[in-house]
Amino acid sequence: MAVHQFDGIIVGAGGAGLMAALQASKGAKIAVLSKLYPTRSHTGTAQGGIGAALGNMEPDKWEWHMFDTVKGGDYLVDQEAAEIMCREAVETVYELEHMGLPFSRTPEGKIAQRPFGGHTKEFGKAPVKRACYAADRTGHMILQTVYQQCIKQGVTFFNEFHVVELLMSNGAACGVVAVEIATGELHTFHSKAVMFATGGSGRMYKITSNALTLTGDGMATIYRAGLPLQDMEFFQFHPTGIYKMGILITEAARGEGGILRNGKGERFMERYAPTLKDLAPRDMVSRAITMEIREGRGIGGKDYVHLDLTHLDAKVIHDKLPDITDFVETYMGIDPVKEMVPIQPTAHYAMGGIPTNSSAQVIKDEKATPVPGLYAAGECACVSVHGANRLGTNSLVDIIVFGRRGGKGLGEFVKTAVLQPLPADPQVKTKARMAKLFDGSGSESVEAIRRDLQAEMMDKAGVYRVEAELKKMLEILAGLKSRYQSVKLQDRGKKFNMELLEAFELEHLLQLSEVTVTGALARQESRGAHTREDFPKRDDAKFLKHTLAYNEGGKVALRYKPVSITRFQPQERKY
Amino acid sequence: MKKVAFKILRFDSERDPQPHWENYEVELEPTDRVLDGIEAIKGRLDGTLALRRSCAHGICGSDAMIINGKNRLACKVLVKSLKQPITIEPMRGFKVLKDLIVDMEPFFAKYRAVTPYLVEKEPRPEKERLQSPQERERFDDTTKCILCGACTTSCPSFWSDPDYVGPAAIVQAHRFLFDSRDQGKEERLKVMNDKEGVWRCRTVFNCVEACPRGINVTRAIGEVKQAIAKGKV
Repeated sequence: MAVHQFDGIIVGAGGAGLMAALQASKGAKIAVLSKLYPTRSHTGTAQGGIGAALGNMEPDKWEWHMFDTVKGGDYLVDQEAAEIMCREAVETVYELEHMGLPFSRTPEGKIAQRPFGGHTKEFGKAPVKRACYAADRTGHMILQTVYQQCIKQGVTFFNEFHVVELLMSNGAACGVVAVEIATGELHTFHSKAVMFATGGSGRMYKITSNALTLTGDGMATIYRAGLPLQDMEFFQFHPTGIYKMGILITEAARGEGGILRNGKGERFMERYAPTLKDLAPRDMVSRAITMEIREGRGIGGKDYVHLDLTHLDAKVIHDKLPDITDFVETYMGIDPVKEMVPIQPTAHYAMGGIPTNSSAQVIKDEKATPVPGLYAAGECACVSVHGANRLGTNSLVDIIVFGRRGGKGLGEFVKTAVLQPLPADPQVKTKARMAKLFDGSGSESVEAIRRDLQAEMMDKAGVYRVEAELKKMLEILAGLKSRYQSVKLQDRGKKFNMELLEAFELEHLLQLSEVTVTGALARQESRGAHTREDFPKRDDAKFLKHTLAYNEGGKVALRYKPVSITRFQPQERKY
Repeated sequence: MKKVAFKILRFDSERDPQPHWENYEVELEPTDRVLDGIEAIKGRLDGTLALRRSCAHGICGSDAMIINGKNRLACKVLVKSLKQPITIEPMRGFKVLKDLIVDMEPFFAKYRAVTPYLVEKEPRPEKERLQSPQERERFDDTTKCILCGACTTSCPSFWSDPDYVGPAAIVQAHRFLFDSRDQGKEERLKVMNDKEGVWRCRTVFNCVEACPRGINVTRAIGEVKQAIAKGKV
């Protein structure tokens, strides 16, 4: 049994994990474990920009950014965390530039900025240019730049190590168990601290912008360890996914002047959000599209609408939106300069995740008690700066600000913390999971169960939800979980057994889907991305609170945690 | 849905003495990607098939392979654009670990060798460093690189000399050499001027054709050669 000892382990090598590694490895022995090569991480696919009130194009203030974030999140945002994020966004964007990030520039040579959904000036008066961008590949540039800095700093990586178990002793984190994908060997990592920065879980849905590898591994690993997940019922559908494929078309396409049109050619967002129109927050736009389709105003009566860029200058499209032009040409055979692009809402972002405080420490209850040595940052975490609905560009702000804070905190913590002993047989649970998959007597395949899960979740726990369908989904999930017990792997080998990894990933998706649906069923209100047709109004009296979901003997048990409200009292949310 | 025929070069050192071809047929939509086909084969017909893939739309750079004889990303080629049976092989020039998975470590070692980060010799300013849109444009093309390896493994100079730093690493060097903010140009030019540096390039242009990001790799290499000749960028 291979045992490695480090001060700290960071699981995941996207923007949050790498940013944390840069901080933590300055004074401590840190290892970054990822099931991918770091540059394959999903941060790289973020397109439109990173929000920060630099004020390079027009006056802007971090307070306005904070207000937009709180209102965008339908007041479920923890305002103490949002304040930190919007303040620190400014210095962290400068830090990224100092690291070499090739931002697009203004004529004076400053970082260029553009409008984005829900970002406004003077507390909602009009759109503001706040998204700092590098063409439409901002995430790619962030990932490359932060990885370059890790190379410079000599950060230790274990690439293609799939973490499947969190180890705890005396109530504190003390390491992880990982499968070395190349060999199939199990490795135990023994450490004083562990950070999860493993990204999202969009693959629980059929139409998603998320990578095939975004299966919520970190969230599910925490949940299996008996710790809670927060606000998982809030899942964002991005309005503009390429029809049938779900590939993201950045909101920057609308930031640059793009318009949504229904089957009658109408600019329907004028009816739903008179002030911000096509730049309303994503939850509202996705609901509007779904409503247009339901009422027969999809294109040709079908389940999609059009994103119209044809009135824009061809130069704007080619210079500022080159990648999405390439996607549309490659996958749809369409030139967006000349033709409208068929789009539909696509599962995009988990607002919920592993609950943390604003120092990225994982918390375990409604009193926000931290778990010693355990951290989480990025999409897998729930700080909560996104509340019930994340604003565009704020995911990149989140990973950079809280990745950095978590990395600093972890680096400090390991200086004085003691190394807790490992559990007696740290790999016992993982070995049992693997043995069952290899030696099972069943005939079920991972792919068949996953396909059914994704289709049913899309249908019953998507943009609109209703009690009967959610209850039906729980029954379906019980059936899928039971089928999972009969999975038998075809691949009996150890080297690069991708089928084994996908079986682990499927188990994670099943667990997270159950948490999502259970939380959605209990939340009898509509708030942000969680829309209940049977409870169409927000209900602050009953539900201005965070959901905490615990794994109690394989069943989901819900508890609730208060929301931090400092500067902005809840108001009706109109745009 | 239509049946699509695939022919995949398989190899698993735990099982196979030699690489061998396997034939498959799967039902696919004409709008499906080659990656959708491979995933369908893996999921429905043969769970032992191994490949790397993640984002599935040409950004993460995981799934470069040889498709009908050319280096492509499996997620950026539509099935309907290809002659059948669609042949799939691992990238050439790196050790095959299993099926379509090759050992990328030597590739990343070369990446690390070109000082792939901004070299700063002066203190950082309070706000951003200024860079004009024209200065930014100078290295825009090479910032697109996703490190997929398609260019390097299509290069005959690399096939005949595995120590050649290769087009991908030169693209990375170019990205910093032509960045007005970078202060590490001398060191980087030295690496590029090494016998395993840019001079191994014979301007075959395979890399340009192979690049899924449309980077004009050969032009970038040419610009680095000129910079060495002039002793400055």
